[in-house]
Amino acid sequence: MDMSTLIDAWQDLSMMGPEINQALIETAIMLSLGLAAAILIGGPLGIVLYLSRPGHLFAHRGVHAVLGWLVNLVRSFPFIILMVSLVPLTRMIVGSTIGPVAASVPLAFAAVPYFARLVEQTLREIPRGVIEAAEAMGASPWQIIVKVLLNEGRAGLISSLTILTISFLSYTAVAGVVGGGGIGDLAIRYGYYRFQTDVMVAMVLLLVVLVQIIQFVGNRLAHKLDKR
Amino acid sequence: MIHLQSVSKRFRTPDGAWFNAVDDTTLSVSAGEIFGLIGFSGAGKSTLLRLINLLERPDSGSVIVDGQDLTALPAKALRQARQNIGMVFQQFNLLANRTVAQNVAFPLEIAGMSRSDIDVRVRECLEIVQLSDRADHYPAQLSGGQKQRVGIARALAPRPHVILADEPTSALDPRTTQSILDCLREINQRFGVTVVIVTHEMGVVRSICHRAALLDAGRVVEIMDIADGNVDASSDLARSLLEAA
Repeated sequence: MDMSTLIDAWQDLSMMGPEINQALIETAIMLSLGLAAAILIGGPLGIVLYLSRPGHLFAHRGVHAVLGWLVNLVRSFPFIILMVSLVPLTRMIVGSTIGPVAASVPLAFAAVPYFARLVEQTLREIPRGVIEAAEAMGASPWQIIVKVLLNEGRAGLISSLTILTISFLSYTAVAGVVGGGGIGDLAIRYGYYRFQTDVMVAMVLLLVVLVQIIQFVGNRLAHKLDKR
Repeated sequence: MIHLQSVSKRFRTPDGAWFNAVDDTTLSVSAGEIFGLIGFSGAGKSTLLRLINLLERPDSGSVIVDGQDLTALPAKALRQARQNIGMVFQQFNLLANRTVAQNVAFPLEIAGMSRSDIDVRVRECLEIVQLSDRADHYPAQLSGGQKQRVGIARALAPRPHVILADEPTSALDPRTTQSILDCLREINQRFGVTVVIVTHEMGVVRSICHRAALLDAGRVVEIMDIADGNVDASSDLARSLLEAA
């Protein structure tokens, strides 16, 4: 790679400034909607999965088995197939199947059970005795969830969210291909379909930087919250 | 103060057999005394203790604390009753992400006390266990003995009538053990709190108990009176424990 190809690439990219910006915004929309669903629905689902385990606060074999089975079911779908099979539902909810908001529907579907499992795993790390101590003090189930489970598990929950965010940054690229837009989509459209390798490389570099930042922030936050 | 009326509790062992942890046991603890539950591993002493605040629900029999039959209470009333029964654990069971002061505040938050009242009470309790200078430390920064004193302060905070102590010194060295026992005795004397303490060491019984029940295979073998460090016991099992100590 000589100087002139580098200059060409730079000119290509600087002309694409607005498009890259747009792609970043689209990725941000998909990621935040997907993660919001994961936290708001997957979080409580993970807590229920944990509490319904045998020997726990609301031990219930049936509930635990059914929820576990549902989570596994959704998680067994390869993401691209999940996306295609959710097209009718997406059209119903969003009114369209194109654009970052529409792409967020299958993303949310995949993120919810994924995060639920991560939450369940994280909560299992909390020593049983601490929960028992709260029970002995007369804490209500709600107080145990908020003051014990979420508070004692907070560092692990942040780490789980970091893992989820990075996985789903890469899922947004797949969602982008079927009309969601975003950075991954830009890389494929220009880099793959139009043979503009420079755009592909630049987008991949951008993703590398994003992943590094997310992991760094996640680690720092988890470390700061962890007093164990 | 505490009356266990023919309580039984059995567990399923991993190979599917039933194991009688507590077998038709009747026991009374008077207000203001320090009562020991002693026996070898598997004698059922911890299970018996956990029946008192219904951490384990008996398969049969009733548990009466402060004149209230806990086994008959609905969930909410049971939580209320538990606020009058403090508990101290062998493994301390402190909240790792809360400071010492926040740990002591925990049962008071549960009871719905106001912020300012909590602050006052937490300070009092930390003074009693001599940990005022550690209020803003996290449990990970404390020694075992200090952690257990936080555990005692936490149990004491809601002004309970009873404190249940489950092998509170078994994770500690002998000198720290003595300081924890002194701390429990002081609380018993100053505040009249009834203490039930589980231990496998006769030394603990000798050191602080007024009376103790010797347990074997889920049953009470004998109730021993302790006066000036002398254990009045007649059974062979008690003798063997006394010789070991």
